[in-house]
Amino acid sequence: MSSLGSTPSQTVGPYLSIGLPWEDGPFVVPDGTQGAVWIRGMVSDGEGAPVPDALVETWQADPSGRFDHPDDPRGRGESGFRGFGRCPTDERGEYGILTLLPGILPSGDGGDQAPHIDVSVFARGMLSRVVTRIYFEDQDNSGDAVLASVPEERRATLVAAKAGDGYRFDVRLQGEGETVFFAV
Amino acid sequence: MATPTGLRLPSYRQDPEGTHPPMDFAGYRSTKLRHPTQPLVLLPQMLTEVTGPLLGPGRLGEHDNDLTRQHSGEPQGQRIIVTGRLLDGDGRPIRDSLVEIWQANAGGRYRHTGDRWPSPLDPNFDGLGRALTDADGRYEFTTIKPGAYPWKNHDNAWRPAHIHFSVFGAAFTQRLVTQMYFPDDPLFGQDPIFNSIPDEKARQRMISRFDLERTEEQWALAFQFDIVVRGREQSVFEDEEDEDQ
Repeated sequence: MSSLGSTPSQTVGPYLSIGLPWEDGPFVVPDGTQGAVWIRGMVSDGEGAPVPDALVETWQADPSGRFDHPDDPRGRGESGFRGFGRCPTDERGEYGILTLLPGILPSGDGGDQAPHIDVSVFARGMLSRVVTRIYFEDQDNSGDAVLASVPEERRATLVAAKAGDGYRFDVRLQGEGETVFFAV
Repeated sequence: MATPTGLRLPSYRQDPEGTHPPMDFAGYRSTKLRHPTQPLVLLPQMLTEVTGPLLGPGRLGEHDNDLTRQHSGEPQGQRIIVTGRLLDGDGRPIRDSLVEIWQANAGGRYRHTGDRWPSPLDPNFDGLGRALTDADGRYEFTTIKPGAYPWKNHDNAWRPAHIHFSVFGAAFTQRLVTQMYFPDDPLFGQDPIFNSIPDEKARQRMISRFDLERTEEQWALAFQFDIVVRGREQSVFEDEEDEDQ
């Protein structure tokens, strides 16, 4: 089979809000859904300044830990749960995603993965997306191998804190308290 | 991998060094405060990473793939047809997949409040489009050739004409945002965003090809732009007994 080189990544530039946001993007589940939580946070740069031209995208399992996707080897989840959220930051660098907490997932080695959400952040000034994960402070994260692979002193940057009607998860692109980003 | 729980996941190959830009690139000044300074942590490809959003026809409106028909009047500029295929690194088409584009108008101006370049806005051009790939991975847009525009990155800096492309692929690992350029653009040499790609061959893959065959007489020029996202590791398809040795 032929092997093709990948197309390179390029920045979204300053005007991504023309093309990428959707009206229902922040709503992984409709407003008013029982048990839904808001995940809110600020994207900030190396000086702590808000990044007003970023886009946060989220991808996650449904509350039973299933994906509506053919490559889930346990069989495709049929919940119709979109699992995908997308929100541009506002002038204060803030984003918000309304979703349901993901379930526990098998890790493949007989263990479990703690509930988590994968995140991509795009912005002007970033030539490629950065990838991180959201964990939740009120869930049992003790057995999660990915979290355990992160230096202990930086682990807290991956854990969303309970706040109001959901959780708070800030993304610091650089500098003090820099979020852990992953190579995927 | 074969596991006690029987989870066998596809996994996706890493792209060769130089395919993608570094996060920090001095020539593109805006990276300075926005690139991570700590080393990236390797994220194993587990269930969340090998699956991804499947966004179907529900995301499309009537004229989303024809940017020249989104208003009552004709936009200004050179009408073009942009076609191509969304493929993985093994040449497999990625079907029923959402492709999103956004771009400047013929005068190099975006319909965005932050764009102060004093080239006129075109009342008949929004500069955003969406399409789904077909069973063969093909997409098609009709649009206007975007203009070059100045920016303040360095002295006398101009962006080459480009169209932003966003694709999802079939998995979180395949998510890609890129820019499509036009052949023989005289502005390539001074553009740090284009030149941020270290590998020359990879950089050339962002340049579309003039497509005489698809050009429509007396109506539109055509450009062809295939988008390739990471291929799967072959080991996924090996027999169980080849593994765990």
